[in-house]
Amino acid sequence: MFWKVFLGIWMSLVIIASFLYAPPALGLGEVSRIIYYHVPLAWVAVLAYMVSMINAIKYLRTSSIEYDYRTSFNAEVGTIFALLATVTGAIFANATWGTYWNWDPRQTSIFVLLLIYGSYFALRSAIDDREQKARLSSVYAIIAFITVPFLVFIIPRIYASLHPDPIVNIEGRLQMDARMLQVFISSLAGFTGIYFWIYNLQNRIINLKGKIKGRL
Amino acid sequence: MVTRFLSWTRQAGALLNKDFKAEFRTKYALNSFLMFAVTTLVIVSFAVGPYYLDPVMHASFIWIIIFFSAMAGLARAFIKEQERGTVYALKLSTTPEIIYLGKFCFNLLLLLLVLLVIIPFYFFFLSPSVGNPLLLVVVLLLGSLGLTGTTTILSAIVSKANVKGNLLPVLAFPVLLPLLITSINGTRLALEGYTFGEASSELRVLSSFFVIMTTVSLLLFNYVWED
Amino acid sequence: MLLIELQKITKDYNGHIIFSDICETLREGSCLVITGPNGSGKTTLLKILAGLIRPASGKFTISVDGTLLADENRKDYLGFVSPDLYLYEELTALENLEFFVKVRGLAESEEYCLKLLKKVQLDKWGGSLVGTYSTGMKQRLKFAYALLHQPLLLLLDEPGANLDEEGQALVQEIISQQKETGAVILSTNDPAEVARYGDQVLKLDEAGRCFIK
Repeated sequence: MFWKVFLGIWMSLVIIASFLYAPPALGLGEVSRIIYYHVPLAWVAVLAYMVSMINAIKYLRTSSIEYDYRTSFNAEVGTIFALLATVTGAIFANATWGTYWNWDPRQTSIFVLLLIYGSYFALRSAIDDREQKARLSSVYAIIAFITVPFLVFIIPRIYASLHPDPIVNIEGRLQMDARMLQVFISSLAGFTGIYFWIYNLQNRIINLKGKIKGRL
Repeated sequence: MVTRFLSWTRQAGALLNKDFKAEFRTKYALNSFLMFAVTTLVIVSFAVGPYYLDPVMHASFIWIIIFFSAMAGLARAFIKEQERGTVYALKLSTTPEIIYLGKFCFNLLLLLLVLLVIIPFYFFFLSPSVGNPLLLVVVLLLGSLGLTGTTTILSAIVSKANVKGNLLPVLAFPVLLPLLITSINGTRLALEGYTFGEASSELRVLSSFFVIMTTVSLLLFNYVWED
Repeated sequence: MLLIELQKITKDYNGHIIFSDICETLREGSCLVITGPNGSGKTTLLKILAGLIRPASGKFTISVDGTLLADENRKDYLGFVSPDLYLYEELTALENLEFFVKVRGLAESEEYCLKLLKKVQLDKWGGSLVGTYSTGMKQRLKFAYALLHQPLLLLLDEPGANLDEEGQALVQEIISQQKETGAVILSTNDPAEVARYGDQVLKLDEAGRCFIK
C-alpha cells in the first residue's frame, strides 16, 4: 500500500518535472523531453528480460514450476515495456531524423528481442503439457538470449548509428544539464520502482495460486 | 579420455549411419529439401530475369534460399523419430549428447549435399562473378556449421510441440539473425574479391557462433530430450 | 543381490492426479505384475520406471549388492517392451539390432544379433524390412531389442499382446530366464497372465489408489 502511494506521487512529480523543471536539450528541442520516458522504458524492458532469463536457468536447475511462471510473466512485462520503448523511440526518431525506422543498431536489437519473445510465446502456446511447456520454452529463452551479444557486435559494423550518443552515452561523461540529469535519474528510479512493484504483485498472485491448488 | 572420445564417435557414427541408410531408402527428407531449394532458386531467377544484380543482392538471395530450404529440410530429423514412435527405443539406448552429435552430423551432411547441388545451379542461372572463390567456400561452410548446430536443437524442441507445422522457422529466425547477417556480409566480401584478412572479422564471428551454439546445445540438449 | 524400490511415486497430468504414493519392493528372481482397468496409469507407471517420464514426486531406485545405480546409467540395466515403442521400419531386423548394439557402445558382433533373432524365432526373416513384418513379429523383435544388453530389470508393457500361442510360450520362457539373473515388472489386463507370472501383484484403480495383494 505504502509503495503504491509513494510510487504514484513520485511518478507524478517526475512527469511534471520532465515538462516544467528540466530545460530542453540543446539542438534537439522540446521533443527531447521524451528521453525521460524512452530510456527508462527500454531499461525496464532489458531488466525484465534479464530476470526472465535468470528464472529460466533457475527453472532448469530446480524444475519447480513457480520459476517458470516468473519466466513467462517477466517476458510479458518485458515485451510490453519493449513495445512502449519502441513506440516512443520511433516518435523521437521521426521528430529528429525525419523517419520512424532506420535499422539503427539499438532499434535492431530491440526488434530482435521482440521477435525472440514473440517466438517464445508462439512456442509456449504450441505445447500442452505444463512441464514440457516450461522446460522447452526455458531452453529456447536461453538459446535465443545468448545470440543477442552477437548482434551488438555485428550490427554497428553494417548500419551506422543515428542515436543521440552525445546526450546519453555510457563510456564518456554525461553531457546533461544538472536539472536534466536530476529528472532523468528520478525517472529511471521511478520506472524501476514500478517494475518491482509489478513483480511483487505477480509473485503474490503466483503464491496465492499455489496455495489454492494445494488446498483443492 | 581418448577411449571415451573414440566410443562417442563410434556411437554417434552408428546413429549417422542408421539415419543415412533410412534416408536413402525412403528419401524422406532429401527430396523435399532439394525440391524446396530448387523451387526457391527458380523463383529468384525468374524474378531477377535479365537484370544485373550487385554482390549484396546475390549474397542475400543465396542465404535466403539456404535459410528457407534448411527450415524445410532439417526439421525432419527429430520429427520423424517422434512420429514413427522410435524416440523411446533411441532414448533408452544412448545419452542425449550422442543423439545431438549424431543428428547434427546427419543434418550437416544433408545440408552440404543440398548446397553442392544448389550453389552450382545458382551460378548457372544467375552467373554472379566471384572474386575470391575459396573465401566463398569457407563462408558457406562456416555458415552451414552454425546453421545446423542451431537448427538441430531447435528441431528437437519443435518435435515435442503439438503444432509442428511452421514452428521451426519462427523459432529459428531470431536466433539465426546474427549468423545470417554475418554470412550475407561474408558472402558479399567473397563475391567482391576481398582477401581472407579483410573478411577475418566475419569469419571469426561465424566460427565463434558455431562453437558457442554447439556448446550451449550440448549442455541444454538433455532438457529437451527427456520427456 | 538386486534390489528394486518404488518409493511413493506420484504422477499428475496438468494437476489431475493419475496415481499417488506407490510403494513396492522387488528382489532378484521375482516378477511384479501391475494390473488395473484402462486409464489407471499402468503404462505411465512403467514409463516412469523406464525413466521416460519424470514422476511428480517419489523415487525409483535400483541397487546391486547394496550400491545404488546412478540415474544416468539406468538405461544400461533396463530392458523395455511397450506398444508405444517402435523400431525402425525402414531397416531390416538385423540392421535394427546391429544399430542398437553400436549406439549403446557394445562390442557384440553380428553373430550375437543373429543368435538373438533365433531366440525370438525371427532368424528366417532377419534380412527383411521391419515395415513388412506383422504386428506379432514386430512384438517379437521388440523382445530381442530389450534383451540386447542383458538388462537386470525387464519392463514389459502388455507383453502378450498380438502374440500367437508360440509367442506366448516365448514370453513365458523369456520371463523365467530373466528371473534367473534379474527381475521383471510387467503390466497386463489379462487375469490369466496375472496368475501365471505374478509373484507380486500391484493393482491400480481409476481413482489412482493402489492395492497390494
